[in-house]
Amino acid sequence: MTGTLVTLALIFAELSLLAFGGGNTILPEMQRQVVDIHHWMTAQEFGALFALAQAAPGPNMMVVPLVGWHVAGFSGVLVTSLAKFGPSSLVTGFALRLWERFKDRPWRRTVQAGLVPVTAGLVTASAIVITHASASNWGTILIAAMVAIATTTSRIHPLLALAAGAVLGLTGIGQP
Amino acid sequence: MDAIPAAQTAKHDAPDVGELFMGFFILGLTGFGGVLPLARHMMVEKRGWLTGAEFTDLLGLCQFLPGGNIINMSVAVGLKFRGIPGAFASILGLIAVPTAVVIGLGVIYGRFADDPVVRHLFGGLAAAAAGLLISTAIKIAWPLRRDVLGLVIGALCVLAIAVFRLPLLPTLLTLAPLSILLRSRQAS
Repeated sequence: MTGTLVTLALIFAELSLLAFGGGNTILPEMQRQVVDIHHWMTAQEFGALFALAQAAPGPNMMVVPLVGWHVAGFSGVLVTSLAKFGPSSLVTGFALRLWERFKDRPWRRTVQAGLVPVTAGLVTASAIVITHASASNWGTILIAAMVAIATTTSRIHPLLALAAGAVLGLTGIGQP
Repeated sequence: MDAIPAAQTAKHDAPDVGELFMGFFILGLTGFGGVLPLARHMMVEKRGWLTGAEFTDLLGLCQFLPGGNIINMSVAVGLKFRGIPGAFASILGLIAVPTAVVIGLGVIYGRFADDPVVRHLFGGLAAAAAGLLISTAIKIAWPLRRDVLGLVIGALCVLAIAVFRLPLLPTLLTLAPLSILLRSRQAS
């Protein structure tokens, strides 16, 4: 158990420091670690946990304590939360001090502009990986496509889209 | 690290540790489907902790750093007003309720996952969550549509992570410096 907790701590501390551009960019790596490498759950289970986290209030990285809970119970929640939110918070604390000083330097804008396509690529990769795990039959593919189109082209509230997806799923149409 | 003085900034007195905790606690409690718009409302309009310009500036910093934007924001705001205790109060306030709720949902899911009705419900929910993520990706990538360089970097990133399933660290260490280097060439 201690070994599992140490592994969880290392994985999520690394993810914490690599999460440039917000939490969604690290989903594929999180899935690769917990599904492919450590076999703590299937890709479908990971997709379900991600969906649960999206349905909960708060920041969009609530999948982190949920994965910790799934793998190692309440100590898993504690370890993954500390590892995920601790290191990036420390970096934020130190960076806050330097921020005022470098605010108007041109290199900061260059770095920011350089990170934009990487962030876009990582979020797109996340969408592909999560969709591949979660939309595995025509019913769920249809739901994913409808939600994607609706939330891209209108200002529908994300929670309403999730609720609609859950209700459509409840009918069992197109699912085995 | 001690608090940075918040002089000439806020409309109201700087929040104390308890106020920071409560402010972010309510944010965590009510922030369904993205906390950021609500965060601005809470900190700028409702409580007057920051001016609009200060909020935008801090958000710029938080987007630039690793970690979730709103998580970093809570740490930065807590630290700004009340130092390390303030940072702890803010981030704990922000994630306390969502963690409890998400674990509760996980318990329910774990108990009823074998029931076909529940399985179908969560199947639909997971597919909808995937659809939301597709939409987020489209919105983030859309401004790059005429930027050939950006599209190539983005596509390499997708290939590496989603197709070849390469580890994130070496991918980032290769593509981020490359992208920044190309931008600096472009700018000069």
